[in-house]
Amino acid sequence: MAWLVVRLAISVSLLYTASAVFEDQVGKFDWRQQFIGKVRFALFDTHSQASKKLLVATDKNVFASLNSRTGDLFWRHVDKTGPEGHIDVLLMYGQDAVVVVGNGRLLRSWETTVGGLKWETVLDTGSFQAAAFVGVQDLVKYVAVLKKSAISLHDLSSGSQIWVENLPDSDNVQYQTIYSGGNGLVFVFGVVPNSHIVIVEYKIEDGEIMNKKSVEAAWMSSLESSCTVIGSGVLLCVDQITQSLYTLQLQSAEQTEMRQIHLQTLDLEVASGFQPVLTSTQPNPAQPPLSEFFLQLSPEHHLLLQLKDGLIAPLRDFNPSYLAAFATSGERTVAAVMSPKNDTACSINLFSADTGRRHLDTTIIYHMDPNGGKPNRLYVHAFLKKDDSVGYRVMVQTEDLTLTFLQQPGRVVWMREEALADVVTMEMVDLPFTGTQAELEGEFGKKAAIQDGLLPMVLKRLSSQFILLQAWLAHLWKLFYDARKPRSSVKNEVTIDTLSRDEFNLQKMMVMVTASGKLFGIDSKSGTILWKQYLENIQPNSVFKLIVQRTTAHFPHPPQCTLLIKSKDTGLGSLYVFNPIFGKKSQISVPALPRPVLQTLLLPVIDQDYAKVLLLIDDQYKVTAFPSTKNVLQQLQDSASSIFFYLVDSSQGKLSGFRLRKDLSTELIWEVAIPTEVQKIVAVKGKRANEHVHSQGRVMGDRSVLYKYLNPNLLAVITESTDTHQERSFVGIFLIDGVTGRSVHEAVQRKARGPVHFVHSENWMVYVYWNSKFRRNEFSVLELFEGAELYNSTVFSSLDRPHPPQVLQQSYIFPAPISTLEATLTEKGITSRHLLVGLPSGNILSLPKMFLDPRRPEVVSEQSREENLIPYAPEMPIREEWFVNYNQTVSRVRGIHTAPSGLESTCLVVAYGLDIYQTRVFPSKQFDVLKDDYDYVLISSVLFGLFFATMISKRLAEVKLLNRAWR
Amino acid sequence: MATLRVLSPFLFVLSTVTLLWTQSGECNNGRRSGDAVDTDFSGFSVPLEHSFEVDDVPKFRLRGALQFRDGRENGVYLSQNQLSEKDRSALKDVAAVDGLYRIRVPRVSLQVDRQTERQSEGYLTTFVRACSLVESHLSDVITLHTDVSGYIIGISIVTVPGSCHGIEVEDEVDLEVFNTTISVVAPVTAPAPETAPYIERMEQEMEKKGKNPQEQKSFFAKYWYLILGGAVFLMATSSAQTPPGGAREQS
Repeated sequence: MAWLVVRLAISVSLLYTASAVFEDQVGKFDWRQQFIGKVRFALFDTHSQASKKLLVATDKNVFASLNSRTGDLFWRHVDKTGPEGHIDVLLMYGQDAVVVVGNGRLLRSWETTVGGLKWETVLDTGSFQAAAFVGVQDLVKYVAVLKKSAISLHDLSSGSQIWVENLPDSDNVQYQTIYSGGNGLVFVFGVVPNSHIVIVEYKIEDGEIMNKKSVEAAWMSSLESSCTVIGSGVLLCVDQITQSLYTLQLQSAEQTEMRQIHLQTLDLEVASGFQPVLTSTQPNPAQPPLSEFFLQLSPEHHLLLQLKDGLIAPLRDFNPSYLAAFATSGERTVAAVMSPKNDTACSINLFSADTGRRHLDTTIIYHMDPNGGKPNRLYVHAFLKKDDSVGYRVMVQTEDLTLTFLQQPGRVVWMREEALADVVTMEMVDLPFTGTQAELEGEFGKKAAIQDGLLPMVLKRLSSQFILLQAWLAHLWKLFYDARKPRSSVKNEVTIDTLSRDEFNLQKMMVMVTASGKLFGIDSKSGTILWKQYLENIQPNSVFKLIVQRTTAHFPHPPQCTLLIKSKDTGLGSLYVFNPIFGKKSQISVPALPRPVLQTLLLPVIDQDYAKVLLLIDDQYKVTAFPSTKNVLQQLQDSASSIFFYLVDSSQGKLSGFRLRKDLSTELIWEVAIPTEVQKIVAVKGKRANEHVHSQGRVMGDRSVLYKYLNPNLLAVITESTDTHQERSFVGIFLIDGVTGRSVHEAVQRKARGPVHFVHSENWMVYVYWNSKFRRNEFSVLELFEGAELYNSTVFSSLDRPHPPQVLQQSYIFPAPISTLEATLTEKGITSRHLLVGLPSGNILSLPKMFLDPRRPEVVSEQSREENLIPYAPEMPIREEWFVNYNQTVSRVRGIHTAPSGLESTCLVVAYGLDIYQTRVFPSKQFDVLKDDYDYVLISSVLFGLFFATMISKRLAEVKLLNRAWR
Repeated sequence: MATLRVLSPFLFVLSTVTLLWTQSGECNNGRRSGDAVDTDFSGFSVPLEHSFEVDDVPKFRLRGALQFRDGRENGVYLSQNQLSEKDRSALKDVAAVDGLYRIRVPRVSLQVDRQTERQSEGYLTTFVRACSLVESHLSDVITLHTDVSGYIIGISIVTVPGSCHGIEVEDEVDLEVFNTTISVVAPVTAPAPETAPYIERMEQEMEKKGKNPQEQKSFFAKYWYLILGGAVFLMATSSAQTPPGGAREQS
């Protein structure tokens, strides 16, 4: 009997929490965008004229194929993160794309149409240097891979290794590049820095060394950056110090030293401090490269030169020019050069490679985004038109990782914002009211209105009501008009001007901060990028913190966000203040931060413009307030003794608490030191400031109340042991009051290891760790209760709460690894909570908090059934219908952001990683909204039907009564 | 409501019991695990200092000595002096301006074998509002928190009651002697997933099921007579009701 009850309880609880998306709801309120990252290699498929493929390999270890007409992904392969999945080189020939992965660990060949793996070979160990196609008799048959001490040749169709040879004297010589001109030989170039170059010739058939020579080159430090092969086997090098070009005939026996050509003889000069760059092109790997090449002399100066009969002659001088690239279509090779046109635009022109003559009518105007970065890479796709002239399209990559695909005469075909592949932090900001709503608000907001008197006020009121009526009628008309059109043709174009809050505040502005320093404002409903702003001069590994200082609620003051950018090396920070709705930089003067910032604190104190006060604490424990008006300083002085903050120094294992003094200096009031020899602090988290807790306690089975310990100042400190032995390692959990430094709870999870993910909210904390003994992931939940009586039910003060809380804890096995963890958040906190678990598989699991309840009983009793407690089971279930993103997986999910909406039942969720996914979750189902498939027609027809039926029957009854009276 | 009142003292007792249990329980754990072989707190003492200044610049003076001993339940004992006349008035002054009463202990290890290296620099400090100390008549609860290896990592002080209501306190009677409860709290071991009892329970369930096969009967098999009876009853009532309605229609 008990077992049946257990099963019934489980099934009932599951029924209650089951929440999946119906098929017709797919894409209705969720969207996903897929990204690839910063492009390192991009190759256009020139195999056939109609091909739309663009192959890219990126710094995020992604190998993908883009549709060059739309910019959409055909397919994408996401490899391991870190150096293991690093894509060393990408080569393409025909339908095959050859990729070397993981510093020469793997050699792979991909079929480019569908993205299938053709073959994969594990290469010998050794750090990767270069790879090249090797052709024989106009056909590319092999691929050669050069490692630090060996060279191997692989068959292109099967991947099998033909031969592998050790490189001679590889301890002293740094072999760096490889070249094959289709004449049955592979050349390997090595250099002994500031001494000589070594050239080794291998026979393709069996890897026999045909020839080996060394050539004096005392000026040379690296081959890779300064040398290239042009023409029919001429090694060309450039040197900045001697201001010369050097040439060497590879296959001539008599030339034993490099021929020097002074740049002066060509009337050229390298800009000081600039390493000149040579760019050559080899359209067909089975044939020697062209004898034309680009020489870049300064960041804005390129030259097209030609080697003819051993002489170098300039074909065309491009001064100024930002970028230059070769492209080949059929037999014709062209050069595209981007030159500045004016302050906001560049022009790209096409030149024939062999003569340097400009092709007529080939200009593409590229408009630079004033809020973006400078272009830094140019990829050209050339094709033959019907009249046999060369047409082309270009893809421009900018510093802020925007990919723009342009065609003549400057039409942007598509654009990708690849900075979004690395979102660091984000916030969701309410949208402002529409103009009419704002008008109505403004009526009450303006101080002048009070002086107007009664009659003008009434008139104003009436006029604004009239405007409102007008807007409503227009809205109705639009609804009616749209309803007649088929659904697909109705496109709600979201622009920055039409932005307005919807009835339930479900549409918000997502402000995203990316690692490259580009900020985005994205409409949460559609995923449209509404504004973007590139912050220049951001150091590569900066830390960002985004703070919403003023929300949209304070019309006419615009909302205000502040971004604290902190350099990881120096710790120096700077503030960037902007309007999150329009992305415009605010004119407010920002305090200078001459010292490293240790901590920030957003106070509930607001200045006269309704901006919350931000306190910044520097390394001398001095406090800077922003904004720092007189009003704010006065308020700070008044409340100084109740402003506390904490600092964490994980290197010394120290947590310290400070109190603000009236003169904005601080005093140390508590200190906790966790010895670093045993364990080190890995994470400290407080509770979210915008979190609401609806009920103060839990009603138990016997109708008594168990009160929650709701300490808003509680910090969860997680430590990991320095001893990593699987039996002795542990994870420490400290719950410390941030005001008094009092340790509320201390626990050790033995035989556990990080990485620890945790959520700290309400009166509970959930953390995930790796059990090193059983080799599995485990969840643990801690709940804090005050007991059956509250010490002080009206207000919580950390200074006056003498009794320690009761702590309940329970652990569960979680049968999957975890990438990130977050909890849902709703407007008033009435809705039950769910945990959102980002899995490495890309799914986001919505796990009811009900399953993570330390009061789950071992043995079912009447009382626990009364309380709806699920009986304890050590393993946490994973149900596929709990995946909120069904098949829309989020690659490498790194963070989940939750925000409340205007509807209590609904929580907005954004998961970000390589992809971005936005959806809504309903932890307790949509109890406050009618369902999508609610049958309005049926219910209204029934209503009307009943209404008329009563009318008719009433009439009939009257007639009948009258008739009876007459009888 | 009545039950609530009755229950509360009971729960309070329960919570204190658990507190004591955690302390002794930890000692056992410490001995069991390999890293803390020796948790004997043999006799040594550590100074406990306090500071209360009107200008709020801490000047720490000796308050008492914490003596750690082995073999005892609690293992720690605080010997402290009475507050002098001067101190009492100073404390009252500090309380009047809502100043802080701070205490601190040096960072030490409670393990004997680590005593030699216990000269780790620095102190662990904490505070309580001076007024609440005065109003609670110097009754405070001091807790020393240690980590797994017996280092003191933090100290906390609370007064009972902890509130400040501005009640006048007669200094001579109430502010002379500290009424201190002191304890050492070591981290508790967080529970791991309890698979063994669960499996045991499952097995028991299975056994039970095997013993009395009646349990396995399906819903219909068990309640067929009720369902049948209900159906018959329904049919009977519906057929019985029709004639009168029809009769009235005809009249």
